[in-house]
Amino acid sequence: MRKALVICRHELGAMFGGPLAWVLAGVYALLTGYFFYSDLAFFVLFGGANLTAGLWRYVFLDFRQVTLLVLPLLTMRLIAEERKLGTLELLWTFPIRDRELLAGKVLAALVAYVVMLLGTLPGPLVLHALHPFSWTPLLAGYGGLFLLGVAAIACGLAASAITENQVVAAMLTYGVLLFFWFVSWNEAAIGQAIAPVLLALSLFDHFYGFAQGVIDGRDVAYLLAFAALFLFLALRALGARAWRGIA
Amino acid sequence: MIEARQLTKRFGGRTAIEDVSFAVARGEVAGFLGPNGAGKTTTLRILAGVFPPTSGQAVVDGHEIGAAPLAARRRLGYAPERPALYLGTTVRRQLELAAALRDLSGARARAAVDVALERTDLGDVQHRRIGTLSRGYRQRVGLAVALVGDPPALLLDEPMAGLDPAQAAECRRLIRALAPEHAILISSHALAEVELVCDRVVILHQGHVLAADTPPALAARLRAAARVDVEAHAPGAALAALLGTVPGVGRVDVVPTPNGHARCRVEAEPGRDPRAAIATRIAAEGWELLTLAPVETSLEEAFLRLVGAEERRA
Repeated sequence: MRKALVICRHELGAMFGGPLAWVLAGVYALLTGYFFYSDLAFFVLFGGANLTAGLWRYVFLDFRQVTLLVLPLLTMRLIAEERKLGTLELLWTFPIRDRELLAGKVLAALVAYVVMLLGTLPGPLVLHALHPFSWTPLLAGYGGLFLLGVAAIACGLAASAITENQVVAAMLTYGVLLFFWFVSWNEAAIGQAIAPVLLALSLFDHFYGFAQGVIDGRDVAYLLAFAALFLFLALRALGARAWRGIA
Repeated sequence: MIEARQLTKRFGGRTAIEDVSFAVARGEVAGFLGPNGAGKTTTLRILAGVFPPTSGQAVVDGHEIGAAPLAARRRLGYAPERPALYLGTTVRRQLELAAALRDLSGARARAAVDVALERTDLGDVQHRRIGTLSRGYRQRVGLAVALVGDPPALLLDEPMAGLDPAQAAECRRLIRALAPEHAILISSHALAEVELVCDRVVILHQGHVLAADTPPALAARLRAAARVDVEAHAPGAALAALLGTVPGVGRVDVVPTPNGHARCRVEAEPGRDPRAAIATRIAAEGWELLTLAPVETSLEEAFLRLVGAEERRA
């Protein structure tokens, strides 16, 4: 695990040594700040008395969109850039396992994402100072956002592991995430037989509970399984050098 | 120390290398020669643990890289052909990462980085961003990465590519200085470089080892016939005609000279040394003999002949 921390530290240095991570963090703070403000204004005008149903649900559903917009851009360089620079080949000659390498990368992206999430806290904190409320629905919402982030980062890592082109990696990640997002949106268009299956696979449906302040074990398991699947695919993508070679 | 045992690597239906075997002992610098696409980089990557062979074994300091990949990789330093560097980071940071990945921390890591910087003479630029350095410097940073922690086996893919003559000389001096304590395998296209720095040469062609020997032995083995350069104060055509009649002389080629002397390259018949007879005949003609010297076969010539012969056979 020490090697994963070495990679994580190096990755964070590389991420925040360039402008991309700062820009993404800035955009994340700006958009989530705007959504918080507009959702609050909406709630004050029309929402009634139930904070969870009238405010937090909208806030977290909006934050979720920002997360899905920003994370593929954060993860696109994780492996693709190493492949392009040739440093991936060099890393493979050091005494480090592929899984330690991937763990370090995921950890670094998660740290960056958690920093972004912390940047959204001032809004609720100010609101709490003016108008005390229960933190429980927020814990569920932030827990959901964190798990969604884990899933999106794993997906982005796998996409980044199969190409040296960062734009391709980002587009692949958007494609997969949006597919799992929209898979259950038009129930009329899918047959009765597969509708339950698609519903069970829907990323959208599995986040909805968190946004409403409910932590359901099935949702947690789904997001973790989603992440595990893509981490496994990322591991296989690195292992493919055995038969694919290095272009 | 570095050992390739019957290495074969196939990518899909394409065979990159087949049955490649050789060994490099500690204290030895071996040159890995071959035309483009011969399989040099594939072999180096297998030995460095980048990917496994389809069959055969790669052994570094007694550790088979398939069975004990981490132990084997801990004992080797690899510098790829294209320096693989994080352009946004400083030279020192890059070396610190290498030290951390080789399980060094604290004072030991700092010392290992300092030694690598000193050996490659990069102390002055250690805090510069790698992206701002020239190609020659980047090549040296790549070498420094391989040296961090002083692994006993070094695999250097084209280490002198992109260096100016002074830097290349410095690089050769460094490799020779490292040689007593290390096993070093260098791949190169620059035959002259290999001849200058290597104790032994392994020639790879179309995925097969064609020959493995010391540069002089290889050149000698491939010398088809002894050759002699003859230069005299004489009419060019007359000298060539005379040499053609000397016993033991096979072929005679006239070599143009700018100074009006006659110059010929003579190929002796197998097993014959016609030099004494040539000297006697030229003296008998009353010409002044200026040069009578055997021609050394260079490694480059040997290499080209060997590869050419192999291609003709194929």
